[in-house]
Amino acid sequence: MVAIPSRHKSLVLLAGVILLQVLMLALQIKRDSEGRLIRVWTVGAVSPFERAGSSGFGWIRDTWRHYFALQNTTRENEQMRRENDALKLQIAQLQGRAAEADRLAALLKFRQAHAEVPMIAARVIGVSAGTASLTIQLDRGEHDGIRKNMGVITPDGVVGKVVEAYSNASLVLLLTDKESGVGALLADSRIQSPVGGQGEPLLLMKYVPNDDSVNLGERVITSGMDRIFPRDLPVGTVAEIKPGNPFKQIRVKPAANLERLEEVFVLLSLRPLEMKNEGSPADAQAPASGAATPPPAVRR
Amino acid sequence: MNDAFDIRGESHIEVHKFRAGAIIVATLLALVFQSSFPIHFAKAAVLDLPLLVTIYFGLSRRNPSTGLLLGTFIGLLQDSLSGPTVPLGLYGIAKTIIGYLASSIGARLDTEHPAARFALTFAFFIVHQGIIVLTRRTLLAQPEPWFNMHLIVAALVNGLVAVFLFVLLDRLRRN
Repeated sequence: MVAIPSRHKSLVLLAGVILLQVLMLALQIKRDSEGRLIRVWTVGAVSPFERAGSSGFGWIRDTWRHYFALQNTTRENEQMRRENDALKLQIAQLQGRAAEADRLAALLKFRQAHAEVPMIAARVIGVSAGTASLTIQLDRGEHDGIRKNMGVITPDGVVGKVVEAYSNASLVLLLTDKESGVGALLADSRIQSPVGGQGEPLLLMKYVPNDDSVNLGERVITSGMDRIFPRDLPVGTVAEIKPGNPFKQIRVKPAANLERLEEVFVLLSLRPLEMKNEGSPADAQAPASGAATPPPAVRR
Repeated sequence: MNDAFDIRGESHIEVHKFRAGAIIVATLLALVFQSSFPIHFAKAAVLDLPLLVTIYFGLSRRNPSTGLLLGTFIGLLQDSLSGPTVPLGLYGIAKTIIGYLASSIGARLDTEHPAARFALTFAFFIVHQGIIVLTRRTLLAQPEPWFNMHLIVAALVNGLVAVFLFVLLDRLRRN
């Protein structure tokens, strides 16, 4: 046996550990389910802390907004400070509560308006731990009826879809992630094309031919052809149009504020929610494959 | 983990030791902060706290074997928390290399000065992102840009945060 000099041991260890991880990457590329168990363990172990962390940060943020921000304001009004401090604090707290009540009322109104669609409200307790993917973690999971591939929305618009459902938490791939996509159409011209993420704040609508007319600011809504999201949910608005070959490069600003999500709805159905318009198999695959297959743009 | 991790290759080097459980607690906190903080402060997503913890303990422990194993551990946890679109090993490989480099450099340079810590963190952040892009391009066939201004800004922010964070982490040392 060849002895390894001690000063080279760490280099050998480095090479070994990297090789192992490269092999692990290769295995994952071949098998989708690889690594599932370690994800379940890690998420299960960390999600209680994330809940605590989320609550803690919320408390710190509220304290900052409701107290320190007011303290800065009162410095500018020194003479009025003592008389106004308590009142302003109360106002700020009431405003915070009113804003929260408004937000919850909007959620309730949306829920009632779509009573026929089975959905459940969930709170965002975490975001992806790195910049390589755009995901959020919800405080509800399989125990609440959430399953993989269910759609996630807010009253403002589409958010993404569930990619992992754990017992008491679930992971949602945001619409802006590169792997994400949704069946959509332009609200005015009724041109259909999947909209996908690019890992950036704006989405991309890829398969609209150059001959078709598209206007800036035009609304993009769900087509329902992906059999995940109901029809006519807002996806976003057209923010940029460039000619491409052979399709236009249309960038879409998401309707939902995906950078500041606090509460969302999960659509509790894996069956098509609206079957009024039967789509082609290519359309149905759009959200799962992230618009990898270019279906032809369709006018309705 | 602290003592069990002490696989010494260079016994003459001064090694900072930490209170029991300090590395595990700091790692867990970094991961929890990383996934909770941006919910309330969206711009905080620019921070990579697990990377900063890897760099700090690498520089302090000054043992390449310890550093790279800790980097692997933290990187794989971060992979696990990043959703199924991030394969296990993406951050793992990058942080393994950073852990190794940090502990190797920590054994040769004065890494206690704030300016040195800022410069090293800045450089390690760039290298870390470079490794991730390299892994994505070569192993996962995902085209990623090598460089943009956001990378430099993020590296500067992380370097600045590291200066203050490392002072806090110094308090965990067992003297």
